[in-house]
Amino acid sequence: MQPGSELDSPGDGSPPSTLSSSILTHTGPVPERAELVIVGGGIMGLSIAYHLAKAGLSDVVVLERGYLAEGASGRNGGGVRQQWSTEINIRLMRDSVELCRRFATELGVNVWFRQGGYLFLARNAKEVARLSRNIELQNRCGVPTQMIDPVAANQIVPELCLDGVVAAAYNPTDGILFPWPFLWGYARGAVSRGVKVCTQAQVTGIEHTDRGFAVHTPRGTVHARRVVNACGAWSAQLARMLGVELPTWPIRHEICSSEPLKPFLRPMVSELTSGLYFSQSMRGEIVGGVTVPGHGSTLHVGSTLEFLATYARRLVRLAPILGDIKVLRQWAGPYDCSPDGNPILGAPRGLPDFFLACGFVGHGFMMAPIVGKLYAEWLGGAPAHEIFSRYALDRFSHAPAAAHEKEDFNIG
Amino acid sequence: MAKKIILCRCEDVTLSDLEHTVAQGYCDIEEVKRYTGFGTGPCQGKECLGPIALQLARLTGAPPASLRPFTSRPPLSPTPLRLLANDPAAHRFADDPAAPAAPAAPAAPAASADAAATGGVPSKGS
Repeated sequence: MQPGSELDSPGDGSPPSTLSSSILTHTGPVPERAELVIVGGGIMGLSIAYHLAKAGLSDVVVLERGYLAEGASGRNGGGVRQQWSTEINIRLMRDSVELCRRFATELGVNVWFRQGGYLFLARNAKEVARLSRNIELQNRCGVPTQMIDPVAANQIVPELCLDGVVAAAYNPTDGILFPWPFLWGYARGAVSRGVKVCTQAQVTGIEHTDRGFAVHTPRGTVHARRVVNACGAWSAQLARMLGVELPTWPIRHEICSSEPLKPFLRPMVSELTSGLYFSQSMRGEIVGGVTVPGHGSTLHVGSTLEFLATYARRLVRLAPILGDIKVLRQWAGPYDCSPDGNPILGAPRGLPDFFLACGFVGHGFMMAPIVGKLYAEWLGGAPAHEIFSRYALDRFSHAPAAAHEKEDFNIG
Repeated sequence: MAKKIILCRCEDVTLSDLEHTVAQGYCDIEEVKRYTGFGTGPCQGKECLGPIALQLARLTGAPPASLRPFTSRPPLSPTPLRLLANDPAAHRFADDPAAPAAPAAPAAPAASADAAATGGVPSKGS
């Protein structure tokens, strides 16, 4: 079955009413009014839109500058893990994994979610200490990560050459999914409940009016009482239109995919030393990346030989059996980096109806299911979850940098 | 009939798949690539891009000249990892047997400029 194939019927009992009708509009005028406009049709914006609509708040317009899945949401490796370094992120991801498990049943779309685990390899004592500290926290949050020795790691992936590896952290409940159908599922789920998703609708300006905001696009202007900024690496540009400066910056992260192989690799494998990570998708391809040091801030998403050669060098050393496997294609996507490695959420001071959902440092995809749900609950009138105060923008101006809880496990 | 007309042989995309995709509102060639998987197999679109574009123009009424090919992805043809692994372009990490013995090379000027532009905050890409 192709990813994205519609299952017989969505599990919530609603009819698959949109199967024969368009779920996107890419031409013609955008709606003139909405209660809420979400700028950014990536996974974060669509998850918020879907969860709002599911709660009955469907007077929502999503504006996407290009085509669906054009930005980082369509360019990531599909990893979904709970191995993080702070309690709040571990708990968020524990809940996000649960939402991923239910996604196909709830949305009626096959996203090829597979819980094969994540295996992090440490090559020195410093890396082991880092993993130990995290594992203790993860276990306290109910995530069953274990420290294992190279022999045990080889039992999980016999193809690995673990010379120089001293220990590994393994959590069998982490997983991977295929990112594209995740977007289509949320888009379809939102649209079938009344949300309008407009692609090819780049926001060219926003004004703060006495009744909210006027959001301008080449397809017309939407007037809305509230606006969500879910623009990923473009979030700082959008915020600046309202005079809000975000301390985030974009970087390019490259990734590649091989020819398809018979399924053999269960977990996502990652080595801390190089930031190498690779997994086998349900299509059989080996999908992975590596950290290439020394590249600066950019929104350019071109490809480099330096990346591909570095990835190949690390991968073949770790899994020599893959040496004869061919790379089919490489691409890149932008990360939205933040100073403490954590997202920026909530409304900035002075603009209580402008909501930020950015700064996810390349891990917004895996966090989107839970963050979208929590955001929708808050926007729908429920008390704000603690992430909205913990990850507020003003932490950067009101607390010294040393006081910030840093996320140091943004691997790959 | 459309179910038996194959437009992309690598990924088994049929004319009927394309019709369904367009009916969903996915009309941009990049969206169609993602929704159907066409052009992501061994030929990377070299064989199927033309036929898909032609049918897309027919189904959407878009003038053929307005359709642009999707972004082509390196490498030009499928390339073994082992060949790439020995390319001098590969970054050598400190634990690489062939790593330079001397202290690490100074940061590239572009990286320094960007560090300054972001307040000296290091990139969190790793």
